[in-house]
Amino acid sequence: MPLILDHVCQVYNADTEMSVRALDDVSLIIPEGQFIGVIGHTGSGKSTLIQHLNGLILPTSGSVYYNGQDITDKDFDRKELRKHVGLVFQYPEHQLFETDVFTDVCFGPKNIGMSKKEAELAAFDALRKVGFPDDLYYASVFELSGGQKRRAAVAGVLAMKPDFLILDEPTAGLDPVGRYEILDMVSELHRTAGITIILVSHSMEDVAMYVERVIVMDKGRVAYDDVPREVFSHSEELEKMGLSIPEPSKIARQLIKAGLNVDPGVLTSGEAADSIYKALMYR
Amino acid sequence: MIRDITIGQYYQTKSVIHRLDPRVKLLGTLLFIIALFSYKNPLGYALGIAFMCMVIKLSHVPVKFITKGLKGIMMIMCITVVINLFLTAGTPLISFWKITITYEGLAMAVTMIIRLILLIMGSSIVTLTTTPNNLTDGLEKGLGFMKVFHVPVGDVAMMMSIALRFIPILLEETDRIMKAQLARGADFENGNLVKRAKALVPVLVPLFVSAFRRAGDLAMAMEARCYRGGDGRTKMKPLVYKKRDAVAYIILFAFMVLSIFLGRWSVITGFFNNIYLNILK
Repeated sequence: MPLILDHVCQVYNADTEMSVRALDDVSLIIPEGQFIGVIGHTGSGKSTLIQHLNGLILPTSGSVYYNGQDITDKDFDRKELRKHVGLVFQYPEHQLFETDVFTDVCFGPKNIGMSKKEAELAAFDALRKVGFPDDLYYASVFELSGGQKRRAAVAGVLAMKPDFLILDEPTAGLDPVGRYEILDMVSELHRTAGITIILVSHSMEDVAMYVERVIVMDKGRVAYDDVPREVFSHSEELEKMGLSIPEPSKIARQLIKAGLNVDPGVLTSGEAADSIYKALMYR
Repeated sequence: MIRDITIGQYYQTKSVIHRLDPRVKLLGTLLFIIALFSYKNPLGYALGIAFMCMVIKLSHVPVKFITKGLKGIMMIMCITVVINLFLTAGTPLISFWKITITYEGLAMAVTMIIRLILLIMGSSIVTLTTTPNNLTDGLEKGLGFMKVFHVPVGDVAMMMSIALRFIPILLEETDRIMKAQLARGADFENGNLVKRAKALVPVLVPLFVSAFRRAGDLAMAMEARCYRGGDGRTKMKPLVYKKRDAVAYIILFAFMVLSIFLGRWSVITGFFNNIYLNILK
């Protein structure tokens, strides 16, 4: 079932001098099965946007629909919604609280009414899917490394078996190896488990390599919503929003300016290398 | 939800009250509280309310913002009212079943509620209009004389400012953790008291962990910048009294004099009557 945002506005601290328009008339359709990247500068409304998707924040005006129901309705069961739309916050390791990893991962599934056995099976499955090392299942959460903690936290949401998985800056504060491990893991989840993924990031490189659709947020509005190739062709506008295009695209653009016939839409270093090679060969 | 607590928060805007020297505001709060607890008649409370209204008006802080802070102590206020209403002995007003409400009880309950509200409003207006830095400076300078008694004023002031600085941060953190656990299906609103108390464990544990982590980071940052206690630290912007502060002191003095005369009228008249009677004897 798709998630639909219909003219959603969100105003924080209304009627005070600190009034902030965090979301301004946002309309989006998020069908099942997509791998979506949401990018935007700090304060562009990305985090606010995703919290609307599972009803943690209700819009000031406008509506959010899931399964043909308006989630802002008073009698709508938002707990049921959160079963289907999993949200992993920024620095999710800060939410771990149980004595060991396995029990902590069981917290979510138990909350949504799974029996102890079901919850444990779901937790086991989730931990395996995120590639958490087997020998640390019963370790204290404080003994883990940064990347391991993050995997455990993602597993905590994944164990609830959501149809949508939203990740807010899942790579923040990780070293390059850890970043790609997490992103590969997420991509794997999308491919094998068929989960709809929404990846929030301010890093273009992260997004460009993995996603099939990019939503660019700027000042609470949707600036672009298209395939990565199209979005990154607006390099100058993106730079005005405080975003930079992926490094390979940047190099390709400079080579074009220098008179080389390179494909302007390259996103990854592999594509760029191929394109430059071809351009040099057929010059 | 949790953002409703406004105690310790700073509201950024421009006003006379914001620009006042923090020492004036601190002394003013102290005097205001003393005045509040000295009132013996409704006239005094009327004066207190009027004074509060004037300060709020001058401070440009929206009233909504200040009253929001009262929501947090609603429970305490309710308990106070109930206890005073039902457990004060005196002339019965209404009585049903085993419960009696007395005139004295009613009067007491109303007085207590006004006192509490003014108390909370009075102290929150100081933090709302003063940055934590300024507040600490005011405390340090205002209580400087305590150094004679070997009280480490500088250190205490630093601790206070850190504590104040941490209130909004921890509130935000609580909000974030609560949301994260809500996303994992936690339920803070339904169920009986035991269930709801238990539901807070997933919030409190990460909150404490993060508070300790932040405290550790801060200590490290302070040591890295050679903090070695409060003695002999100089200020970038030393506090200097301006003309408006003098005016504020005069207004405060007038308020105190009025408070004593209006709020304790019966006591004063009684006192003079006694002297008069004594002379006559």
